[in-house]
Amino acid sequence: MANGTTTVNEKSFYQQSTNKYSGILSWLLTTDHKRIGIMYGVTILFFFLVGVILGVLMRLELMAPGKTIVDAQTYNSLFTLHGVIMIFLFIIPGLPAIFGNFFLPIQIGARDVAFPRLNLLSYYIYVAGALLALLAVILPGGAIDTGWTFYIPYSIRSNTNVSLPLLAAFVLGFSSILTGLNFITTVHRMRAPGMTFFKMPLFVWATYATAWIQIIATPVIGITIVLVILERLFGVGIFDPALGGDPILFQHLFWIYSHPAVYIMILPAMGVVSEIIPTFARRTIFGYKAIAISSLAIAFVGYLVWAHHMFTSGMSDTARWIFSLLTFIVALPSGVKIFNWVATMYKGSIDPKPPFLWVMSFIFLFSIGGLTGLVLGSLATDIHVHDTYFVVAHFHFVMFGGTGTIFFAAIHYWFPKMFGRLYNDKLATLGVLGFFIGFMLLYFPKFIMGYMGMPRRYYDYLPEFASLQLISTIGSWVLAATIFFIVGYLIHALFKGPKAGSNPWGGVTLEWHIQSPPTMENFKEIPKITHEPYDFSQLKEMKNEYS
Amino acid sequence: MNIHNESAAVHHHVHRDDIGAKMGMWLFLFTELLLFGGLFLVYAVYRYQHTEQFHLAAMELNTGIGTLNTVILLTSSLTVALSIAALQKGNKFLSILMLSLTLVFAFMFMINKYFEWSAKFSHGIYPGSDELLSLPNGQILFFGLYYVMTGLHGLHVLIGIIILSTILVMIIKNKITFDNYAKLENSGLYWHLVDLIWIFLFPLFYLIQ
Ligand code: HEM
Ligand SMILES: [Cu+2]
Repeated sequence: MANGTTTVNEKSFYQQSTNKYSGILSWLLTTDHKRIGIMYGVTILFFFLVGVILGVLMRLELMAPGKTIVDAQTYNSLFTLHGVIMIFLFIIPGLPAIFGNFFLPIQIGARDVAFPRLNLLSYYIYVAGALLALLAVILPGGAIDTGWTFYIPYSIRSNTNVSLPLLAAFVLGFSSILTGLNFITTVHRMRAPGMTFFKMPLFVWATYATAWIQIIATPVIGITIVLVILERLFGVGIFDPALGGDPILFQHLFWIYSHPAVYIMILPAMGVVSEIIPTFARRTIFGYKAIAISSLAIAFVGYLVWAHHMFTSGMSDTARWIFSLLTFIVALPSGVKIFNWVATMYKGSIDPKPPFLWVMSFIFLFSIGGLTGLVLGSLATDIHVHDTYFVVAHFHFVMFGGTGTIFFAAIHYWFPKMFGRLYNDKLATLGVLGFFIGFMLLYFPKFIMGYMGMPRRYYDYLPEFASLQLISTIGSWVLAATIFFIVGYLIHALFKGPKAGSNPWGGVTLEWHIQSPPTMENFKEIPKITHEPYDFSQLKEMKNEYS
Repeated sequence: MNIHNESAAVHHHVHRDDIGAKMGMWLFLFTELLLFGGLFLVYAVYRYQHTEQFHLAAMELNTGIGTLNTVILLTSSLTVALSIAALQKGNKFLSILMLSLTLVFAFMFMINKYFEWSAKFSHGIYPGSDELLSLPNGQILFFGLYYVMTGLHGLHVLIGIIILSTILVMIIKNKITFDNYAKLENSGLYWHLVDLIWIFLFPLFYLIQ
């Protein structure tokens, strides 16, 4: 309502189907990138909430020493499922599949992605993967207990259902590859006239860089997973130490994917940040090219650091210090981004709306995550804190405090565009606050416990950890309650919120030039791009576009 | 929000972009190369660790059948290329003929593979067999990799057969024509990849002894 514009609304994409069906089939068989984005949204949000509940259950178990609600074996399954769901079903697909699908085509002035039907197929492959993972929980044999890293040799010895979740990860990887391939082709082939590479919004740049990582890294985990499944089924020997196979080789192959996967998670988030900050600081982004290129730099250097997860696994000293050095080098392009964001805000006229507050929270939490990453990247200190709660705290700060926070920022930023409604700013501000407080209570004590020597993946602990563990558990309640509160007011806004104009925040990238929610074709005519992406002098002319 | 649908179907933005389609295909082939790349990496590591045993185990493989299969696949790459060229020139009949020949070659490859594997099986050499487990570790690994890599490649040949058969039907039904042949071309690219990977598998398993 910021500009008080009322749009002359044409039929939105909710009212116009891409196929001959109406009702539910018009969704299930749609090729509209926006509808597919929303279907991903609903599915991914569901699994996120399941993951949160599993996390809260674990925290309940850890509330007091000894057995509290579950036994050791159940705890093993809990953290494995929690990890698998959060990594493969939530955080990796999250931003690209929902917001990339919805906004990447719009931001480059296209009507859809390059391969709309393949896009729908990727969605169903994702669903199939998710169902396989769930199936493995209910089948007899017991839920997988290897940890989300599936380390050999335990993953070939465990009697629980390991092969099925592995297959699920393989299938999900395939979905990820197809999405990446689709986005790369879209960016190369579908940009509107005048939209040169250096006129693309930074979210597009980030998603583009991510798509490359998805394509280059995912096949490696794919084949590794297949090898583990074959090992379990036929005893091929490739990873089985009893037959000459090398478990360390598995770890290498696993991390050759799973470290770059960290960038699949964080790069799109950084792209979202680069969208939100200019909009709410009313200033063009500082160092546009540096941010764009640093995404590619992260994508590239991020490839060469995988073995920092294996400093204690057995490697030559030379390899260890090289990997440690390279790990420090990746901090550089990330630093470039942080400084450019801060410089963008300098002397801007900042409007602290909820999306912006989420970004502030992100910068704080992600910086803690990043700095403690340096502790883990240094050889000497890593030996001390390896496999302790320090690591658990660190990766929750980067993944959840980083990408997870931006997931909420993105929802709050684009919600009016996607659904044409506004949510209540006050409730949303409360949401940011509750999230931040809950988060710090939940995870900060884990740094201290880790430093004191509390190992990860244990359902029990020594009495000296009791008070910190209790604080952490209380934090999990605050955090989980806030998350459900946020989901609650958003759903309320979906049906009851006031109508959003086409440009409630005063953004200037292409999605703010079209009506909310967009029409099925996004643009009546494909726009001709003349402005730089964050040129706020356009705002004046834009006022006339719809009012 | 008003979530109800117009029942009248709207023609969605179907647009044709052959260059885009080809770009997507190349990206996909790239991921396939990386998939096998992981296996080649594993092969390299174990070959380096067990040079002697790999050498001994490789002597068990039948170079004759391997060579025959190489010739078959190379020829099939040629016929699929000819099929594309024929269709571009508007010669539907020749295109169909060449594509069918490609399929014949693909089946021949699989039949050879079947005999090759079953011969190994009858000698008791397969993953987990007592015979194999009595051999030194290096040889177990060699045969493990042999089955995994040629097996995965065989799976790709099977998928190729399905794709090429579908394309064949589409040509017959005039869904793929001389001015709209991107699907045929992309399937051809896929088939070349299957061929290419075999070109690497063949020396690694059958020739380096
Ligand atoms: C309210 C939300 C959450 C809570 C309460 C929570 C809590 C926990 C707890 C207690 C553990 C086990 C620590 C241990 O014993 O080693 C854990 C592990 C883990 N969490 Fe979370 N978490 C939450 C959200 C997330 C999110 C959003 C992500 C990813 C983006 C995530 C990713 C992971 C991973 C990867 C593991 C490691 C699993 C393993 O050891 O195999 N968590 N979490
Ligand atoms: Cu890493």
